[in-house]
Amino acid sequence: MIILTVNGEHRRFEAPLTAAQLVASLQLTGKRVALERNGEIVPRGEFDRQSLSDGDRIEIVVAVGGG
Amino acid sequence: MNQLVVAGKAYSSRLLVGTGKYKDFAQTRAAVEASGAQIVTVAIRRTNIGQNPGEPSLLDALPPSRFTILPNTAGCYSAQDAVRTLRLARELLDGHTLVKLEVLGDPHTLYPNVMETLSAAQTLVKEGFQVMVYTSDDPIVAKELEQIGCVAVMPLASLIGSGMGILNPWNLQIIIDNAKVPVLVDAGVGTASDAAIAMELGCDGVLMNTAIATAKDPILMASAMRKAVEAGREAYLAGRMAKKPYVAAPSSPSSGLIAPAQNKAA
Repeated sequence: MIILTVNGEHRRFEAPLTAAQLVASLQLTGKRVALERNGEIVPRGEFDRQSLSDGDRIEIVVAVGGG
Repeated sequence: MNQLVVAGKAYSSRLLVGTGKYKDFAQTRAAVEASGAQIVTVAIRRTNIGQNPGEPSLLDALPPSRFTILPNTAGCYSAQDAVRTLRLARELLDGHTLVKLEVLGDPHTLYPNVMETLSAAQTLVKEGFQVMVYTSDDPIVAKELEQIGCVAVMPLASLIGSGMGILNPWNLQIIIDNAKVPVLVDAGVGTASDAAIAMELGCDGVLMNTAIATAKDPILMASAMRKAVEAGREAYLAGRMAKKPYVAAPSSPSSGLIAPAQNKAA
């Protein structure tokens, strides 16, 4: 089991997973999102190859209204 | 040429608008359309995990194919957070590099922290971003930001969201006179006349959000702002008449008047 901090919330996963699997588990596949892992950008094209580790801090962002 | 040129790209509209504080995306889109703006700012925020996976997104309402999306760093209080936010924005927007940098210094006034802003600007320019930068109306800081390589300098007219209008036209004038990059007033515009005054001073554009979004009728205010920016620009280009205090000069010929009436008194 691994624990990730996703947008500030601790989330448990039964097995290690890739960024793509995380995005899928959050029902965000195909959405326009950007992902940061421990402060570094993970390009969308690398979601499939990027394995996440226990303790990773993940930020997933979207564009919202702002001035 | 009467176009706004930012980072080598020409825009026919000199009004840039934010997308915050609207009732819904339909209203956002309608207001943006009415404003004629081609550049629209967006904020970057954490996605709501597990909530309404099917909910529409802002960029569906304002597709990047149609509008130039200008991601901002609103809410960032350090250079580091601002830089991270814009790296995420660049990834989110498929490598798009035109960004709005703002680093705040105080949650009550939202006044910019110019030291952190300068530091973030240096990093972002090195990383290939085209930085439109929100700053105070300090002419020295504005010049520094230009020299760092920012593509536009955007001093406040008054505090963000205050609607207090242009409080220090003299500082803005100094910034405009010294700048070799576009100067846009960003923040503080309350109503159409404020936008017109900014443009009459010689600003290259105006960026606003609250003045439109919180008007009773945002769509109508968006239209008013479009006209105000256009009117102010035309007045600037036309060159206003000199102010002549204490001297009245008639607009009509002073000769050729009909004979004055005879005095009918006995």
